[in-house]
Amino acid sequence: MKAAPFAYHDPRSVEEALHLLATLENARLLAGGQSLMPMLNMRVAFPDHLIDLNRVEGLAGVTAEGGALRIGAMTRQRDIEESPLVRAHLPLMSEALTHVGHRQTRNRGTIGGSLCNLDPSAELVAVATALDAVLEVQGPSGARDLSIHELPLGFMTPSLAPEEMLTAIRIPLPPAGHGAAFEEFARRHGDYAITSAAAVLVLEGGRIARASLTLGGVGAGPLRLRSAEAALAGQAPSEALLREAAAACGSIDAMSDPQAPAWYRRRLAATLARRALTAAASRATTPARQGGLA
Amino acid sequence: MSTRRIALTVNGTRHEAEAPVRQHLGDFLRGTLGLTGTHLGCEHGVCGACTVLLDGRAIRACLVLAVQAEDRAVTTVEGLAPSPEALHPLQAAFCANHGLQCGFCTPGMLTTLEEFLRDCPDPTEEEVRVAISGNLCRCTGYDSIVAATMEAARAMREAAA
Repeated sequence: MKAAPFAYHDPRSVEEALHLLATLENARLLAGGQSLMPMLNMRVAFPDHLIDLNRVEGLAGVTAEGGALRIGAMTRQRDIEESPLVRAHLPLMSEALTHVGHRQTRNRGTIGGSLCNLDPSAELVAVATALDAVLEVQGPSGARDLSIHELPLGFMTPSLAPEEMLTAIRIPLPPAGHGAAFEEFARRHGDYAITSAAAVLVLEGGRIARASLTLGGVGAGPLRLRSAEAALAGQAPSEALLREAAAACGSIDAMSDPQAPAWYRRRLAATLARRALTAAASRATTPARQGGLA
Repeated sequence: MSTRRIALTVNGTRHEAEAPVRQHLGDFLRGTLGLTGTHLGCEHGVCGACTVLLDGRAIRACLVLAVQAEDRAVTTVEGLAPSPEALHPLQAAFCANHGLQCGFCTPGMLTTLEEFLRDCPDPTEEEVRVAISGNLCRCTGYDSIVAATMEAARAMREAAA
């Protein structure tokens, strides 16, 4: 359980990191290391060069910017969990983070690492999908924005070029008073979820103005349930309506693996979606939080 | 093999040593500094036995490279007790409550709980169970660890009052 030899680089700037990434053969970026380090120790990953981002300036922190929260790619999961800005404006993310690994792994693990590792069960991937996150990506030809919906190319395969890196995540803020909830089922607390559900409901005049429903862990990537969202829009959030929308999750195309067969995931999905939608609806009807961003 | 000379503080003492760049912090603490209190179980981030504090935060020493600890402060189980004669309240409570049998998970439990009780000095039993969810113990069934933690938390609150 020892990593194979590699050359170690610890750049101090994004420019330096990008230069190394573009010029070194078989290089991997090291973020929080909570997935890559086990892969190195188990010799599942064999990079010739490890480019450690932990000393790069300016990649960590949560800031409010024009109707969005901007979270640096190297922001630790624990810092996001405890961020007052995230708690106030993105309660879905705070709630989901309590399910991510354990205190010791959240102290190191980063949001950028989670998104680029792109495990289909990863809570942050589902949350970013539910909240329509925009990823700031830098490469040799400059910076570009990438929608989270265009990130997954397939199982654990992000649509980043080999010489590109994720530098920040921007999440447009749902309106104050929205309701959000995250539900998951895992064998043990902190395990990757067998299935998870993230729901966001925006109510206006007692009706659902906007709905977002995402499942994690059911397939190769996160699954946004656009048809269920459309069925919810414009309706009053009755128990029957939410139950019916969640029931649609029972007919999704789910995967089977040694942990659980597809039919089990479909049943979990319907149940977790109903719980998430119900909790989101009850939270949305509570008085709106005061104020927006300063 | 590629190595690097690193300087770091461990349990309040400054150390300088050569580390292979691929070596994780757990092997460096045990092999190079001789601090064998930190136990290595799975070495892929599952068992929690190797938990140490890095700048006060509990982390898995098998998932951090030694070179990443350059200029940082590490606390291991050897650094928890206030003096060679006195135990940390958590250590005393583990002793009094049979919080350990074979002792393999104990260093990771203690370092994890030291950080947890700083953040959460008056926890519920349920909160303690979540806090140690990343630490495997195959002997105790966890109940005695939870009882010890509740007692240590009480003792630490009383000492602070």
